[in-house]
Amino acid sequence: MEKVLSKKVGEKVILLGNEAIVRGALESGVQFVSTYPGTPASEIGNTFYKISNLKSQISNLNLYFEFSTNEKVALEAGAGASFSGQRTLVAMKHFGLNVASDFLITLVYSGVRTGMVIVVADDPGCSSSAQSEQDSRAYSYLAHIPTLTPATPQECKDFTKFAFELSEKFKIPVMVRETTRVALQSGIVKLGKIVQGRRKGKFVKDPHQFVTMPPRVLEMKKELLEKIRKIKNEVSEKSPTNYESKRITNKKIGIVTSGVSYLYTMEALKEFNLNLPVLKLGFFYPLPEKKIKKFIKSIKKVLIVEELEPYIEREVKRFAKDANPKLQIFGKNLLPEIGELRPEIVLRAIAKITNRKLKIENSIKIKNLKLKIPRRTPQLCPGCPYWLVFSGIKTALKKMKLSEKDVVFGGEIGCYMLAGLSPHNIQDYLFCMGSDMGIAHGIKKATFNKQKLIAFVGDSSFFHAGIPALINAVHNKSNPLVIIMDNQTTAMTGHQPHPGIEKTGMGEASPKIKIEDIVRACGVKNLKVIDQGNQKEFVKTVKEFLQNKTVSVIIARRPCIFVK
Amino acid sequence: MKKDFNIILAGVGGQGIITLTRILAETALIEKKDVKTSELHGLSQRGGSVETHIRFGREIYSPLIRQGGADLIISLETQEALKALHYSSKKETMFLVNDFIKPIFGTKNTLPSKQIQKELEKFSKEVVFVPASKIVKEKLGKEVLAGVFLLGYAAFKKLIPLKPNSFLKAIEKVVPKRYFQLNKKTFTLANPTNYE
Repeated sequence: MEKVLSKKVGEKVILLGNEAIVRGALESGVQFVSTYPGTPASEIGNTFYKISNLKSQISNLNLYFEFSTNEKVALEAGAGASFSGQRTLVAMKHFGLNVASDFLITLVYSGVRTGMVIVVADDPGCSSSAQSEQDSRAYSYLAHIPTLTPATPQECKDFTKFAFELSEKFKIPVMVRETTRVALQSGIVKLGKIVQGRRKGKFVKDPHQFVTMPPRVLEMKKELLEKIRKIKNEVSEKSPTNYESKRITNKKIGIVTSGVSYLYTMEALKEFNLNLPVLKLGFFYPLPEKKIKKFIKSIKKVLIVEELEPYIEREVKRFAKDANPKLQIFGKNLLPEIGELRPEIVLRAIAKITNRKLKIENSIKIKNLKLKIPRRTPQLCPGCPYWLVFSGIKTALKKMKLSEKDVVFGGEIGCYMLAGLSPHNIQDYLFCMGSDMGIAHGIKKATFNKQKLIAFVGDSSFFHAGIPALINAVHNKSNPLVIIMDNQTTAMTGHQPHPGIEKTGMGEASPKIKIEDIVRACGVKNLKVIDQGNQKEFVKTVKEFLQNKTVSVIIARRPCIFVK
Repeated sequence: MKKDFNIILAGVGGQGIITLTRILAETALIEKKDVKTSELHGLSQRGGSVETHIRFGREIYSPLIRQGGADLIISLETQEALKALHYSSKKETMFLVNDFIKPIFGTKNTLPSKQIQKELEKFSKEVVFVPASKIVKEKLGKEVLAGVFLLGYAAFKKLIPLKPNSFLKAIEKVVPKRYFQLNKKTFTLANPTNYE
């Protein structure tokens, strides 16, 4: 924290990629920051949260920070601030971008007024993501949003600053896309000057720019494509973020790479003592077509090293058709599309195209080791209030002479997805935030309400995307039993506040939004707020509510052990 | 220094591995080396296995150590050392293992330390077991200090090419003020002249 706020210009400090993004924003005079927490992007919000809670800092920086109810709202709020003339940063994990995408695509059409940077953290290998291994670079194409892909903490800072400049110059939001090994990589960062945001917010009316309605919307699309063309020719083609690591002539083999894959590539070349030309792309969208064509013109073989989807590879194949039709192109035929890349995977691919022998000793023997230690699965913390919900449900079912097999258990994103692991083993489906009650309703309808169903949803998840699904179940008349696991915090991602808590991202008191008031307003008739510490009442209520003909909600309210 | 130096820290969530990673990185920075680390956050770290990477040298690119590429593997829990074998090589790798078993939920028998040691020895240059948890619990009353003790052990025994004094400076930078004296004491306690 102190390092992120250090005033010593030129000082070299160790920062995580995510902290470096915060620093980059501070060096850009950011004034409005919004986020919804999600690993591997959480430290961005957490760091701003800490800064915002330092009263001494906040007046100096003219900075506003909030945890929004979800990523779409965070993006909308950020856009509003940018329309009003303040530099804005919005951060989220990859699934958050799905939530925000409805608004994102239109926002890129209208454009923004002042610099707006959207940071998105992907999680190849799903080390902290339950639901999929998406490659968010697909949104770069879908939304036509300029996208930068840093590799190191230093680049996280530099690219964030560059993204603000680019965004402001072309009046378009810019995406900075990280991956886990960038976001949670620490390394040395050289600090620049923190710039105090000085712009007073004022929304200047301009319906021509901010009202999207046909036929104007198609004009906007035209303007957008024109911006992208300009950014490609005037910026991406010339930008030092796209560079050839070494100018080496007369080499037959070259490598094109970006993000953390670049680091594994350079490490492999160092190990083999190889001197190959490497084109590192900081811009993912729009790609510097001419620069890539020039690079592939003089070589015979090219290896594209990228994680997840072969987006760059496809483009290189396309460019090669007129730049160098005989070029041999390697990429996903040597590298996996599933899981994150690792140094040894890239080593093997480079060994292959350069006909080098690579011996990693003992690897087979170690793999086949007889002495296996079982997986150490994550556990609910000792004393976690969720233990009492799961055990209470089990007791209730026993008393009803029901087996766990007779009940469908809906899971959702939060610590309570550990329901799926031993010793609980009560989770029959798990998808995205807010999906649990929606699916429950469909199951209930399809089975004519015959199968009993208990759907778990967390407090922060409920605010995030649960409410429309609850309304749907009430309106369209099904009867799941919903248990809102209200532990009074966003626990899994590091205990951030949410609307059910009387505290904002700025550390200010705010009105508590009571979940029970919302549930009642949604038309739910069977509602009880229980501290599951009172097991007797909890068990009794589960038993009773499982028999109800209409939607039932139990708010199991007991704070996470880390909530003071 | 001949080349980059690569350290894996292995253990279980809650053992303070992220803090140890920060201390190592700051120590390398104090000695003016290039340094990279890699860690993971989130639910899977809650009571699950934790593994971080620290690399330092003249110019470091990758935040991850490659398979068979570790110089030193410090394991804060005995069974977790086996999981880090992936990074071990017969030629280069030294294991420094806390003789401390944390039972794995849902399994009845823990693996005997002796058997684990034998396996580790097959695939590494050297294996050292130190009862760090026991020592710090007896002398300082807190098991969580085992990691700092092992760092001290590695520093004083020159298993890491960084000076003990640089470590102390880094600890002061990383650890909250009120815990600094206790951590300093733990670190210096590991000096073999004090302890053997």
